[in-house]
Amino acid sequence: MIEVRGLSKSFGAKQVLDGLDLSLTKGESLVVIGGSGTGKSVLLRCILGLETPDRGEILWNGRPLSEQRAAFMDGFGMLFQNAALFDSLPIWRNVAFRLLRKTGKAQARAIALEKLARVGLGPEVADLFPAELSGGMRKRAGLARAIAADPKVIFFDEPTTGLDPIRAAAINALIRSIVDETGASAITITHDMTSVRSIGDRVALLDRGRVRWQGDVSQMDHAQDEYLQDFIAGHARPNHSHPEA
Amino acid sequence: MNPVRLTGRVGIGLARMTGRVAIFAARGLSRVTAHPSELARQMLHIGWLSLPVVGLTALFTGAALALQIHSGGERFQASDVVPAIVAIGMARELGPVLGGLMVAARVASAIAAELGTMRVTEQIDALETLSTDPMGWLVAPRLWAAILCLPLLVGVGDIIGIMGGWLIGVNALGFNSSTYLSNSWAYLEQWDVVSGIIKGAFFGFVVAMSGCWFGMTAGNGAAGVGRATTNAVVAASVGILAANFLLTGLFF
Ligand SMILES: Nc1ncnc2c1ncn2[C@@H]1O[C@H](COP(=O)(O)OP(=O)(O)O)[C@@H](O)[C@H]1O
Ligand SMILES: [Mg+2]
Repeated sequence: MIEVRGLSKSFGAKQVLDGLDLSLTKGESLVVIGGSGTGKSVLLRCILGLETPDRGEILWNGRPLSEQRAAFMDGFGMLFQNAALFDSLPIWRNVAFRLLRKTGKAQARAIALEKLARVGLGPEVADLFPAELSGGMRKRAGLARAIAADPKVIFFDEPTTGLDPIRAAAINALIRSIVDETGASAITITHDMTSVRSIGDRVALLDRGRVRWQGDVSQMDHAQDEYLQDFIAGHARPNHSHPEA
Repeated sequence: MNPVRLTGRVGIGLARMTGRVAIFAARGLSRVTAHPSELARQMLHIGWLSLPVVGLTALFTGAALALQIHSGGERFQASDVVPAIVAIGMARELGPVLGGLMVAARVASAIAAELGTMRVTEQIDALETLSTDPMGWLVAPRLWAAILCLPLLVGVGDIIGIMGGWLIGVNALGFNSSTYLSNSWAYLEQWDVVSGIIKGAFFGFVVAMSGCWFGMTAGNGAAGVGRATTNAVVAASVGILAANFLLTGLFF
């Protein structure tokens, strides 16, 4: 349903994405992995039109996404790397942000409380402000906001980074169950291999601005790619060198 | 580089920048009705909460002005012009300019810091993914709140400034209270007050526009927000003084 073709993006002299191809089918959970600074977030930002690509196409249901951006965003939700909750609004208004423009206040609040409960946050946080929450709680509130309007497409940017292993496992399980229950299509960015295994149907490894390897999560361990195996095992090579795929 | 080419490059850069700022302003101004509750909230922040600082500034300025004009006027036996000159000076020049500068320090910095932080923490991107136009939600309410509130603040500042002059005039310079007040009004023309209030609207635009522009275009990290805040205050202050000169030339 989402198709990225030949996407290139550079900042000054730095080529971040270099002719990248990637697709996401309906109901699929795709995990994108890659070293820090390989352009994973930039890829999502280009798809969303928050960054203008230098070259390449982004299609949604066969037509350029930029021409149907408003319709796309209506059925979209995103968890940002640092949650990106609105500082000036209490948690429940953050979660209900999209709902508040369509439904009444009481109903929007009820739905917000329900979504907060879904991510393991009690009603006592509803009236707190983002600054009063811990990092892990903010992330979960961000997750609640992303799923509040039952989106058909969801992006998760490093959902478990900075969380302890137990919280991380809880978030992983939560994301998997959301994708399973709602049938949403999802792209998750991570460099946590536990997340890859628990969230993903399919995995794509980014390297030097392109997809170096992609395949089912179940095939990942038997793949021939050296860099992928290093990534899975957490090996470092001298001067981080690895051969071109 | 050869000077012609340099001039050309600077000229083109300047024109491009002006164009971008103008489009930004037009987009912000055109989204006026998108979020009335945000407009009300910003009017509270920008207008109502600026009252103390604008009021105190006007009070002290009016008082100092009365002292200065009294001592200057004595040199040619004209110290009874104090009430009229304080009133005219406050209404035409000092009320709007000093009020505008105080609001620039208070509001342009706050807007730039808030929007800049929202930019670098991806809150502005988050707005877009929630189908909300940041120009309508963030920029328009701030621009319009400042444009609507600054004239009111200028009006209040004029009155408080004249009161400051009156306090000094009556208590220190030996004026009769009711003579002072009637002389204040007697020489004040409607246009003196109205022109100052119109200036206020322009200054409000300059202040909010500086804050919004530098905030929305803030660079990365805390340092980026710091730079945005500084630039916003400097641009707002210089912008007010420049706009004041242009408007004064235009009006009188
Ligand atoms: N707005 C920007 N301006 C300049 N460089 C950027 C910008 N956004 C990202 N980059 C650079 O692009 C590279 C990829 O960034 P990013 O996609 O955030 O990495 P990651 O894969 O860790 O998410 C980094 O080197 C970063 O410095
Ligand atoms: Mg990233």
